[in-house]
Amino acid sequence: MDTRKPPQDFTLRLRRYDPESGEAPYWDEHTIQLEPHRSVLEGILQAKARFDGSIGVRCSCRAAICGSCGVRVNGQPGLACHTHLGDAIKRSTDGKITVEPMGNMPVIKDLIVDMDAVHWKKIHRVTPWLIGKTPVPEREYIVDRESMVDVTQTMACIQCGACVSDCLSMEVDPGFIGPAALAKAYRFVGDPRDAEQAQRLKDLAEDPNGLYNCTHCFKCVEACPKGVAPMNQIMRLRRRAGADHHIDDRNNGHRHEAAFVTLVKDGGLLHEAELLPRSYGGNSWFGKFAPKAGAELVDSLPAITKALLRRKVTPKAALFPHKLAKSDLKNVQRIYDEVQGREDRYELNLYVVGDDKDNEPVAGAAEGSTT
Amino acid sequence: MKVAYWPGCVSRGFTPELHGSMALVAPKLGIELVELDRACCTGAGVIAEHNQELADTLNARTFALAQQEMKNGAELMMNICSTCQGAQSECQERLDANAVYRDHVNETLASEGLKYEQGIANKNFLWVLVEDLGLDKLREKVVRPLTNLKVGPFYGCYIVRPIDRLGIDDENPRDSYLSLVIEALGGTVIDYAGSHKCCGFPIITMKKEASLKMAARNLGDAQSADADCIVTPCPLCHLNLDLQQPIAARLSPTPLNMPVLHLPQLVGLALGLSPKELGLQRHVVKPTAVVDWSTSVIAGVGAGAGAGDGGW
Repeated sequence: MDTRKPPQDFTLRLRRYDPESGEAPYWDEHTIQLEPHRSVLEGILQAKARFDGSIGVRCSCRAAICGSCGVRVNGQPGLACHTHLGDAIKRSTDGKITVEPMGNMPVIKDLIVDMDAVHWKKIHRVTPWLIGKTPVPEREYIVDRESMVDVTQTMACIQCGACVSDCLSMEVDPGFIGPAALAKAYRFVGDPRDAEQAQRLKDLAEDPNGLYNCTHCFKCVEACPKGVAPMNQIMRLRRRAGADHHIDDRNNGHRHEAAFVTLVKDGGLLHEAELLPRSYGGNSWFGKFAPKAGAELVDSLPAITKALLRRKVTPKAALFPHKLAKSDLKNVQRIYDEVQGREDRYELNLYVVGDDKDNEPVAGAAEGSTT
Repeated sequence: MKVAYWPGCVSRGFTPELHGSMALVAPKLGIELVELDRACCTGAGVIAEHNQELADTLNARTFALAQQEMKNGAELMMNICSTCQGAQSECQERLDANAVYRDHVNETLASEGLKYEQGIANKNFLWVLVEDLGLDKLREKVVRPLTNLKVGPFYGCYIVRPIDRLGIDDENPRDSYLSLVIEALGGTVIDYAGSHKCCGFPIITMKKEASLKMAARNLGDAQSADADCIVTPCPLCHLNLDLQQPIAARLSPTPLNMPVLHLPQLVGLALGLSPKELGLQRHVVKPTAVVDWSTSVIAGVGAGAGAGDGGW
């Protein structure tokens, strides 16, 4: 951002709320004057210094590393100190910058939320420390470089709570362990020094509020100011739980995944009518006869009958799935066999390896070194 | 305009009215659909969750098939499913970013004589409407403007996040295109809290109650904002919002009755197609408000309809 622009006026619309007062929340507006490359946090602090000392905001480092100043700016969660006023005003719909406390956590005062009540409680849930292997080696543990690089993405987390704020699963289901804590769980599941990888995964897969409660909405990926991409870490936990440890959890998580992958291999296209019963009953044609699949069928009857009545789903379509032509299906199955037959999964993590464009030597720099 | 067309699985399975309405709407817009009937399921993120390389290779195969059509005059690859878009964009991001990885994946494709070349243009119908067809051209084609029809947009997560991967920026505000299209068709856009949220579908088998609560909340939000219907470019969202609505309603504090339209259906209505041609009678939630609207418009212009079958 251009740092040469002169100071200008910005109007901040702050959500004010003091639960102890018994008063309802309200919006407060203050116009501050700062250069556009300054942060929203600096704007709030100026408003606090010049107009109203009672504005509640938590902050410390002002350099996007302590994770204290998580808020929502124009509805988008992030760090107030990491958001330029100039960018924030561009995303505003009415020329004012709206600042609210983060969501999914109770407000203590104004922009300060209770991180202990939600975020930290969930972090503690995943045993966020290393459980060392025994016997303890005489000297240090030796770890290969790749496996430590693999967990660096989760280690970048600064515990600001931005991902927790906007988690859509947690919004309807506050019990969900959530993105920050599950990313933290991968920090230890992915660490070769940890002795309890299988136990950790089993615990998270079997928990009805755990691994399979993530709805894949990418909100946390978008929210994170540090590129942790919590949802990607959740998917890696699922890969390890299912493919490496074959944990057949009670939440249908692994069965659903296995059924999906198998059905696409069998037909090239997804056969939805078969996916649901198999997810409940087990990944085979007989899955639909399992008691759990039957119970689910009964529960869903109102939807199923209507769909049949309206000819949305025909019995023919439900029983005889659409399939690819034989020659194409054979090629799809060949890809399955080849890739699944590899000794190790090839998992490209762009956070670690970067884009080809990022890795190109800079032309100017190379010339500079030769002269 | 010729496009390599990927319809996806659900549009040919549980939401046949989507594929059907797209086939009717395309010629009216001057879009020629060359169906990629040799391509397989995108994996909807689930195959990637199981094995990333497998998903990337399967989708690279689809891209390569589309690129063959593009050599024969197709301008781009088009889909009609937010989830397909998101799952494919994720794979494309990895394939395009890293030449070593791309070569590795292409090696698997080689025995079929296919090769993916970096940088395919793959767009949802929604993006094609705004960026390639253009809103002015769309406006010209409207014969029955959606006057007084209040429509709530519902995007589906996969087509709005993450913004970098999906090419959403100031120049291409793709996360606001539904509003632009509704306006271009003459309708009224309803702003409500749920438009960019999750329909809950991905966890319907794992945590049914939470999944349906999400659907119920979004539908309820649209209802209290006074929408006549919701429109979505995602058939999976349609399953949770329409097919499951009677069950989601059990978890809603207010009764739910919110019709959910597929994007090509909404466009089709404005282009003069009848609700029946567009398969609206197949929905679980009867789009009565929409059908009543369409018949009242016809009656209004003196077409003499509106009687008898009520537009069905």
